[in-house]
Amino acid sequence: MKRLAVVAALVALSACAEAPMRATGDLGLVVERADGALQLVETSHNTRLSRVSGLGDLSHASVVYSRDERYAFVFGRDGGLSKVDMLSGRVVGRVMQSGNSIGGAISQDGRLVAVANYTPGGVRVFDTDTLEMVADIPALGADGQTSKVVGLEDAPGNRFVFSLYDSGEIWLADLKDPKKPAIRKFTGIGKQPYDALVTEDGRYYMAGLFGEDGIAMVDLWNPEAGVRRILDHYGKGQQPLPVYKMPHLEGWAASGTQAFLPAIGRHEVLVVDTTTWREVGRIAVAGQPVFAMLRPDGRQMWVNFALPDNGKVQVIDVPSLSVVKTIEPGPGVLHMEFTPRGERVWLSSRDADHVTVWDTETLEQVAELPASKPSGIFFTARAHRIGL
Amino acid sequence: MKAAVIPGLFLVGATALGAASVSAAPIPAPARQEQLRALVTQDCGSCHGMTRKGGLGSPLLAENLAGIGDEALVATILDGRPGTPMPPWRALLSEDDALWIVHHLKGEMP
Repeated sequence: MKRLAVVAALVALSACAEAPMRATGDLGLVVERADGALQLVETSHNTRLSRVSGLGDLSHASVVYSRDERYAFVFGRDGGLSKVDMLSGRVVGRVMQSGNSIGGAISQDGRLVAVANYTPGGVRVFDTDTLEMVADIPALGADGQTSKVVGLEDAPGNRFVFSLYDSGEIWLADLKDPKKPAIRKFTGIGKQPYDALVTEDGRYYMAGLFGEDGIAMVDLWNPEAGVRRILDHYGKGQQPLPVYKMPHLEGWAASGTQAFLPAIGRHEVLVVDTTTWREVGRIAVAGQPVFAMLRPDGRQMWVNFALPDNGKVQVIDVPSLSVVKTIEPGPGVLHMEFTPRGERVWLSSRDADHVTVWDTETLEQVAELPASKPSGIFFTARAHRIGL
Repeated sequence: MKAAVIPGLFLVGATALGAASVSAAPIPAPARQEQLRALVTQDCGSCHGMTRKGGLGSPLLAENLAGIGDEALVATILDGRPGTPMPPWRALLSEDDALWIVHHLKGEMP
């Protein structure tokens, strides 16, 4: 084994010597969910650089980046945690850490990567250098049952926050000493938290509830205050529509004092005042929103939808809260990602087997890249964002 | 279930026509089957896993469904499971579509 490793290192070294120098700040990964593969792309010229395969079941896969933007950590559905070198385009580490997982997060100091698991329910934490497990946190709920874990996010102070889907809890895990995670539990937060986000400043953790209308929020500056419920009964008196795809809350952002959230089971985006956390408006859209993502400058919001409206994307002008354009980039739009400063947005169209790149000012398409059943798009700039 | 009361000759005939269903329900056209296959893999797969080993939704492998009657599974697909994220698919799928999906999941249809 040792000899092999030395040979591998030599090969890698000689490869480095020949390859031109390259930085990673304009790189990204596109998940090809059906093939268990990733496309390594760059956003300066909208091109594909290489393809990385052998990552297992990538349905619902997500990616976080090391603080130097050199490595991607890929969370697969089958419990696989893979470490991908963005320069060589190779898988440099991989562990099968559970039977079924849903996503993960990287710690503030970049030393820990945590994975949220469905089976067995809980969170496992790994060393980002070695992928050795350093902590195992089973999600035994207050009801005595093991719960699926969703909405795992990083927070300042080397903390991770996550929600227990089955028992309706939020757990705040402090991993300053990774071997002894200190866990604060919030119980009775509401029925079936399905996803969550941490605000850009790292202050608030918000879990969307599926089993009832509303959001459970924890102020991470003041966790003693407990969970606060916001946007309760936003759908009061209305029959919600069948939800063919769960909304995703990550990618949420505030523009000034307004924040935007996909309403579950409704053709609406909710507008929230972040000083009072009250709903101040709703924007009617073409379908049930899945992602409602703000351009980095907060001037525009792009929204994609669940079945049967998943071929459309709408662009909303934030100052007027109005839809300014509806585009159809190809059927089965699953995800979108803005370039770091927002002049372009990449959209994945699963059923068209392509990714399209759009100019966010002219709202015209500027490039199209073939991709096999593309889903998530993740650019390396996420490395420096809290909650991504 | 119904196989027991359907004459063997009919079954042979149906198989020869390329239809392996044991029920008398019309089978979706090949193009529709293609759409349904994609729907099961991609859209059902979002919650149940593309390999059907489960996720937010329960596993849908043939072995998981073997003991459950076709009618109950068709009802689950068309009417959903209240109190869970499983939505009613009636607006997008017909009864024949749902029955075909059940047979497909059980491994009785390619």
